[in-house]
Amino acid sequence: MLKQMEGSRAVAEAVALCRPEVICAYPISPQTHIVEALGEMVKDGSLAPCEFINVESEFAAMSVAIGASAAGARSYTATASQGLLYMVEAVYNASGLGLPIVMTIANRAIGAPINIWNDHSDALSQRDSGWIQLFAETNQEALDLHIQAFKLAEELSLPIMVCMDGFILTHAYERVDMPTQAQVDAYLPKYEPRQMLDPNEPVSIGAMVGPEAFMEVRYLAHARQMQALERIPQLAEEFATVFGRDSGGLIHTYRAEDAETMVIAMGSVLGTIKDTVDAMRDAGHKIGVLGITSFRPFPHVAVAAALKHCQRFVVLEKSLAVGGGGIVATDVRMAVTGMGLKGHTVIAGLGGRAITVKSLTALFERACRGDLELMTFLDLDWNAVNKQLEREKAHRRTGPVAEALLRDVGVVASRNY
Amino acid sequence: MSFQPVKFYQTGTFTVGNRLLPPEERSVQASSKRFNSINSGHRACQGCGEALGARYAIDAAMEATDGQLIAANATGCLEVFSTPYPETSWQIPWIHSLFGNTAAVATGIAAALKVKGKAQIRVVAQGGDGGTTDIGFGCLSGMFERNDDVLYICYDNGGYMNTGVQRSSATPAAARTSTTPAVGAEPGNVFDQGKFLPAIALAHDIPYVATATVADLRDLEAKVRRAMEIRGARYIHILVPCPLGWGTASHDTIRMARLAKETGIFPVFEAEHGEIKSVLAIRRPLPVEEYLKPQKRYAHLFGKQPRVDVIAHLQAQADRNIRRYGLQARKESH
Repeated sequence: MLKQMEGSRAVAEAVALCRPEVICAYPISPQTHIVEALGEMVKDGSLAPCEFINVESEFAAMSVAIGASAAGARSYTATASQGLLYMVEAVYNASGLGLPIVMTIANRAIGAPINIWNDHSDALSQRDSGWIQLFAETNQEALDLHIQAFKLAEELSLPIMVCMDGFILTHAYERVDMPTQAQVDAYLPKYEPRQMLDPNEPVSIGAMVGPEAFMEVRYLAHARQMQALERIPQLAEEFATVFGRDSGGLIHTYRAEDAETMVIAMGSVLGTIKDTVDAMRDAGHKIGVLGITSFRPFPHVAVAAALKHCQRFVVLEKSLAVGGGGIVATDVRMAVTGMGLKGHTVIAGLGGRAITVKSLTALFERACRGDLELMTFLDLDWNAVNKQLEREKAHRRTGPVAEALLRDVGVVASRNY
Repeated sequence: MSFQPVKFYQTGTFTVGNRLLPPEERSVQASSKRFNSINSGHRACQGCGEALGARYAIDAAMEATDGQLIAANATGCLEVFSTPYPETSWQIPWIHSLFGNTAAVATGIAAALKVKGKAQIRVVAQGGDGGTTDIGFGCLSGMFERNDDVLYICYDNGGYMNTGVQRSSATPAAARTSTTPAVGAEPGNVFDQGKFLPAIALAHDIPYVATATVADLRDLEAKVRRAMEIRGARYIHILVPCPLGWGTASHDTIRMARLAKETGIFPVFEAEHGEIKSVLAIRRPLPVEEYLKPQKRYAHLFGKQPRVDVIAHLQAQADRNIRRYGLQARKESH
């Protein structure tokens, strides 16, 4: 059914259609609207049977989900940013134990400086946590991915983060096609755990494992993620059969035919990139787009195949491995090893910095001309940066960096570029 | 309280044999039908108070729930000595997640059982004092505050014994640990720090809070049984001497627990909804020296120049406990 609604509401309704049995949450912007909506559904009885638990921290949220999942309940939570970092120990524990928890990440920057706006630093910090990570481009895809996520997670006994851009998606009102309960029931089978806390069949879960088997346990987690590489496209196909639309999958390409330059990105910025590419195609540039939906497992083969015919690629990512470079770019480069492609990394949109068509057009035109640097910080205010660097050379007690920069910049809100 | 204290002991021995009791009043451990929830063969040290306390507590909970019990366990001695895969001492469904999240994991289990219509299965969470009073305190307080249907049992041996006897917030004043060494002008752990978690549990007004020691095991069993009659958040704090950390002989574990109680160092009481309902009275309070002297962690108080000032301070703490919790027995009790 077509509805005009907020992204958070759409995700909450999709999660509810998946019949979660235990939901736990600790509030953090921009995740709040999702769990508020779910909390209301549980309280008014429209989502039943389900326990909604207001926990005292994100660490507890993930821990409650661990206990509930181990006791055989379909478990869900949502978080973002600092909240994700606060629960990290339990995040690794959930995947290590093989518990199929589904968690929405309303992607948001990580402080300090504290910042509530969107980038991908939070989810990508958990790149190696053993969770499957799926990135939604639109609100429709966000809600669809949640339905697929429960199925995939429970099939493989692996937890999944469904990542959607904070505010840009979570707080945007868009038209979405909300599935019916019958459709979701037809797609998503009952949760049959591989392991369960049950007095009739007592097991010990989570005991110590020494060097004699630890590597094998880890490898099997990796093997399950490799299985996911096969299952994700299949689940997207099955999804299309039941719901009548394409959603999910490992990657998506757009206007990639005969493209010499391919732009690679994750999440909602793909919309802006596609608009930019449309205009550039009209102007005669041979440029296309590769959107990565599944960041973990990383689809090396599919990415390499999608880039097979291009000459260069530009990875535009909302994350920065400080002291290293790109995070997504590193994986893409790994995928195209030996293919002789020229690769560029563009760090963009950190902390909610707007990524505009104007800036992207200039950027991609430079790439097409072959004079883009290996590493670019899109729309970085070099004046402000250099001024601060000079100050730090001249004085010792320069105070908080963020304050000094904002005094120079002179505004506290994001600017129009 | 359905549990009737036994008064058949001989003065000076405290010995209570099950043989003196009618069969229905005998301890769970005395029964051939006991569950052996924590089976023999585990790796606990000789004389481990925690192994003893856990055995009695969990078997009592199993008896009270007719075997319908799930346990969540914090990282620590109990987790380590009972389980390294592929072996496990646990004959009941058991999960270890992390050091600091056990109360929350138990909340999740209880929520799952409720939503699945299996609320007859009950949940016990357990951890040492570090996993409870320090790193697990946030999750524990959250579980209390929400009144989740979990019995949390803390086995308090006064430090991080598993990692080599470091100080926790339950380490008593003046005690030597590897991070509060017996050096300097004020050797051992400092005074006026730390916390007595049972009192904090009381402040949450949860349905049931009790303390116990491994010296009064029938009392411990009765408290677990009582706790399992109640729904909601419940807390039992058990003093479990640690021969390794305390520097005591393995055969003195129960004696040390008894001395902790008989000196007033560790008050033993039972409370419902924030109000203390009963205490295990002290017949003749003993001077704290009797408790301190056998423990190497207090040896620095009894050197060539005994620290009478420190001992007096500890005695004052014990006396305060006796006053605060009304531990002094009336004369006619013996």
